[in-house]
Amino acid sequence: MNGTVARLTARGLLGRRRALLLLLLPAVLLSLSAMARGLAGADQQLAVTLLGGFALGTLVPLLGLIAGTGAIGPEIDDGSIVYLLTKPLNRHAIVVTKFAVAAAVVTVLGALPTFAAGLVLTGTSANLAVGYAVGTAVAGVAYCALFLLLAVVTRNAVVIGLLYALVWETLIGQFVPGAQALSIQQWSLAVTERIVGAPAEQLGATSAVGLATAVVLLVVVTAGATWYAGRQLRTIRLTSEV
Amino acid sequence: MSTLQISQVSRWFANVVAVNDVTMTIGPGVTGLLGPNGAGKSTLIHMMGGLLGPSTGSVTLDGDVIWRNEQIYRRIGLVPEREAMYDVVTGWEFVLANARLHRLPDPEGAAERALETVEMTGTQDRGIAGYSKGMKQRIKMATALVHDPPVLLLDEPFNGMDPRQRLQLMELLREMGRQGRTVLFSSHILEEVEQVASNIQVMVAGRHAASGDFREIRRLMTERPHQYTIRSDDDRALAAAIMTEGSVSGVQLTSTGRGIGTHDGGGALHVQATDFAAFVRTLPPLARRHGIRLYEVAPADESLESVFSYLVSR
Repeated sequence: MNGTVARLTARGLLGRRRALLLLLLPAVLLSLSAMARGLAGADQQLAVTLLGGFALGTLVPLLGLIAGTGAIGPEIDDGSIVYLLTKPLNRHAIVVTKFAVAAAVVTVLGALPTFAAGLVLTGTSANLAVGYAVGTAVAGVAYCALFLLLAVVTRNAVVIGLLYALVWETLIGQFVPGAQALSIQQWSLAVTERIVGAPAEQLGATSAVGLATAVVLLVVVTAGATWYAGRQLRTIRLTSEV
Repeated sequence: MSTLQISQVSRWFANVVAVNDVTMTIGPGVTGLLGPNGAGKSTLIHMMGGLLGPSTGSVTLDGDVIWRNEQIYRRIGLVPEREAMYDVVTGWEFVLANARLHRLPDPEGAAERALETVEMTGTQDRGIAGYSKGMKQRIKMATALVHDPPVLLLDEPFNGMDPRQRLQLMELLREMGRQGRTVLFSSHILEEVEQVASNIQVMVAGRHAASGDFREIRRLMTERPHQYTIRSDDDRALAAAIMTEGSVSGVQLTSTGRGIGTHDGGGALHVQATDFAAFVRTLPPLARRHGIRLYEVAPADESLESVFSYLVSR
């Protein structure tokens, strides 16, 4: 970890008008939750639909994509990463720091609002608020690591990340059972399912993978992607005239 | 005192060879890396700056391999060609951040000194996004100098600078050289290089074409054969007359088919002069003696590329 890298990353990530755009997504979640509570009362089924479908299924992947790629992608594209690379800094330390900043952003703007939305929707009943808060937190961390790696290895990280999050996880994952085993959303849902406990089955908040498998895969993907990104950063090629 | 050693270095990208078997030694003082665009200057500087690995050969600084050696940056300052910085911060914050990234014992003092060196203390509290090109160049320079490195690499530092900024930077580079630093900068303009560099390395098409001090390079460039295209009212007679001159090694007549020797058809005479000063002096009296009227005398190959390609084929 490096404080200076963290500060530069945070300013790049939240600077200018980007912070406002990032705030937009959790604001939508909270206002939807408030409206649902006002119109339908405390409805656990509705809470699972909103928290599972919107918070875990859309909000967190998008935040992870924006923060994960945004923590390093723009610097690689415009070449300013050269100011970090021409320093006696360990490349892994640069990546781990950027990953930590991105993960913190997603936790604050994704998992915390999810917890608040859960409280608004159902209070503390059935552990839904805590369950989805933890689920979105681990999902956010894993998405950040994966999308940060994508930003290091390809210039098309945002497009590929969107295809993965929206097409693979959401669309294909709905119809092809096998695809669900390779889905950060499903792994995180397994964590949520465990915290919610018995009511999860009845509410439809069940994951396609078991808890142990899910936790192992989450750890492997997060740690593996971060390590590999550091390794790739060591030999990254910056575009320039030959 | 530090020495960069490039030994039999080649670098290719897919099937494009950017740097082809280059060997050179860069010692203390200012060295200019001269060559046309696309000659491989940037690739070479990126390899010296540890941003690219050589495909074959080795690039070392005082015996230490540069590629994949993060600790080498304690001794190297690099000024990249691209302008992008972290422009959400001010000049001061950015130079200070660079000092902190180097883990200098007194980052504030180091940042202050670097900004003084490039004369940016007056505007250091403005956002980088609002700087002019010359100011950005100086901030880039300050980030490279902040840890007081013995080696300074600059990729096309004069690009886009106005004449006053150019002179300032030239003086700064000379001063760095006088202090005993190893300073290397790239440029495609000979005049720029010879005003600053005591030593010049010429790159053409990925190859190391020439090296030496600028007088030597200048002589090579002015004493090469010069090509002229001449139009007159009787090209054929002029060709015959010109061939009797000792300063000329070849003459070629071309015509567009509407008749040689007439002025209407765009026919022309291509002359290869071995001694261009003598040729230019003797051509007008020669034409007058033979009663030939000259319509046009134009140097055919004054572009930098042709100068360089001569140096390569030499």
